Amino acid sequence: MTTERPPERTRPKRKRTGMRKWLDPLIVVALLLGLWEFASVRFGIPEYVAPRPSVIAECLAEESGVLLRNLVPTAQASLLGFAIGNGSAILLAIGFVHSKRLERSVYPLAVMSKTIPTVAISPLLVMIFGSGLTPKVLIAALICFFPTLVNMLKGFESVTANEVELFRIMSASRREVFLKLRLYKSLPYLFAALRIATTNAVIGAIVAEWIGSADGIGALIVQASFNFDAPLLYASMLVAGGYALLFFGAVGVVERIVLRWKPMGAVAVAA
Amino acid sequence: MTQLEHSEVATDPGTRPALSLSGVTVEFESDRGTVCAFRDVDLTLRDGGFLSILGPSGCGKSTLLRVIADLVQPTAGTVSVLGSSPGAARTARAIGFVFQDASLLPWRTALQNVALPLEIRGAPRGGRTPAELLELVGLAGRENAFPHELSGGMRQRVAIARALVTGPRLLLMDEPFGALDEITRERLNQELLRIWQDTGTSVVFVTHSVPEAVYLSEQVLVLHAGPRGVRALRDIPLGYPRDPAIRDSPEFVAVAAELRAMLG
Ligand SMILES: Nc1ncnc2c1ncn2[C@@H]1O[C@H](COP(=O)(O)OP(=O)(O)OP(=O)(O)O)[C@@H](O)[C@H]1O
Ligand SMILES: [Mg+2]
Repeated sequence: MTTERPPERTRPKRKRTGMRKWLDPLIVVALLLGLWEFASVRFGIPEYVAPRPSVIAECLAEESGVLLRNLVPTAQASLLGFAIGNGSAILLAIGFVHSKRLERSVYPLAVMSKTIPTVAISPLLVMIFGSGLTPKVLIAALICFFPTLVNMLKGFESVTANEVELFRIMSASRREVFLKLRLYKSLPYLFAALRIATTNAVIGAIVAEWIGSADGIGALIVQASFNFDAPLLYASMLVAGGYALLFFGAVGVVERIVLRWKPMGAVAVAA
Repeated sequence: MTQLEHSEVATDPGTRPALSLSGVTVEFESDRGTVCAFRDVDLTLRDGGFLSILGPSGCGKSTLLRVIADLVQPTAGTVSVLGSSPGAARTARAIGFVFQDASLLPWRTALQNVALPLEIRGAPRGGRTPAELLELVGLAGRENAFPHELSGGMRQRVAIARALVTGPRLLLMDEPFGALDEITRERLNQELLRIWQDTGTSVVFVTHSVPEAVYLSEQVLVLHAGPRGVRALRDIPLGYPRDPAIRDSPEFVAVAAELRAMLG
């Protein structure tokens, strides 16, 4: 007896709606967690190596007050650093477009800011500015700054020969070419950079907190590892990751609103 | 170069040719020496006339249009557009240009793309509003569509409407329908003739297609392959308005065959 397969039909691909889009990855995550839980019990993996998911979940619930209290300063620092780092990168890129001289004199400095590893400069900033908000914001800003500057410049330069001719036929001024052409051309590049900047800003803030801070997720991580408190360590990681994911998603939402004219396509990013 | 007032260039139809070139030569400097695009081109186009340029790929058709539009400086010869220099005609917005690939700005709707030239400082208003022009090119109702939501033919029509919005006296078109299928192309040809008669603008139309050139034009300029300039300037002995069925008439077929022989 043969089972007859229904003939394959080609259907117009429907956009996956909210629920469906998340279902498959959620199933994978649930399976992995289940496997992890099972393996921990079956092979007796000690808690300081890899606490069971259920233990981490318990810790998340019990310590939620502490975790959220420490998330606030980290979130603050990463948001401020994100705004300052990207804001100054955007302004500087605009300056570069309008003055080749400015670009020639400042760009090498900007490149240098990239070559100094964040981990190396962070202790310096903590030494200078103490253990408050300032060094965290600066480090987060510094990490965001360079990729955004480079991408913004790349975006401004991404005008095609045809577009330049179109604006010349219309006798547009440099200012008009900037406002009506270059600015729009830069937006997809800007958002590609901003998405990367979200997670970078969170990393920057956490690194700064490792080095010297009384509070924040970074400080909590250091404290948990000193105390061999693996569940708290994992819980902190999860909270930081969840926050970064939210941040990333928020930028994505803004991007979709701003670039609504664009059939979503990838733009290469120089990091 | 004198900066002419818009009115001086654009509103004086009939008295002087739309276009007059004499001895125009263009050479491009490159690392491997100079490349000559074409040599010694003479040409006159009456105000309100329709001229097509035919020629094999690389013979300098686009370059010739660019010279007229003040995008390329000729190496030798003189160019006069509506009685003044190309630069003055360009700043007076007397020239409209339609590129081979519509070159619409993707972040603007059809209507906003058509309105773009009006947003540039000093632009004169043509006789028609952007909305009226979209209607003229048969796109009423698609004002708010973005370019990626339009077909190739529709995009080309938006580009034509955009080129017309400042009321140019001279419309330059570089293979505007080259990427379209035969049927769409023939329909747009018909619409272009209607727009031409409607607006009274002069047209220089570059194409690879012999039937297209014959169907549209009063005159066809045939360029030599290689940098040798003009092969022939042929008058088309057909009156207007032209019915699409004219393509099957003996006169049409004869002229087309003659031009095709010249292209060899
Ligand atoms: N900016 C430039 N620099 C150097 N050479 C150029 C430039 N633009 C055009 N040329 C050369 O001039 C010649 C004519 O080019 P043009 O684009 O005008 O040809 P065309 O007739 O429009 O061809 P097609 O039908 O393929 O569009 C070619 O040999 C080309 O290589
Ligand atoms: Mg060409």
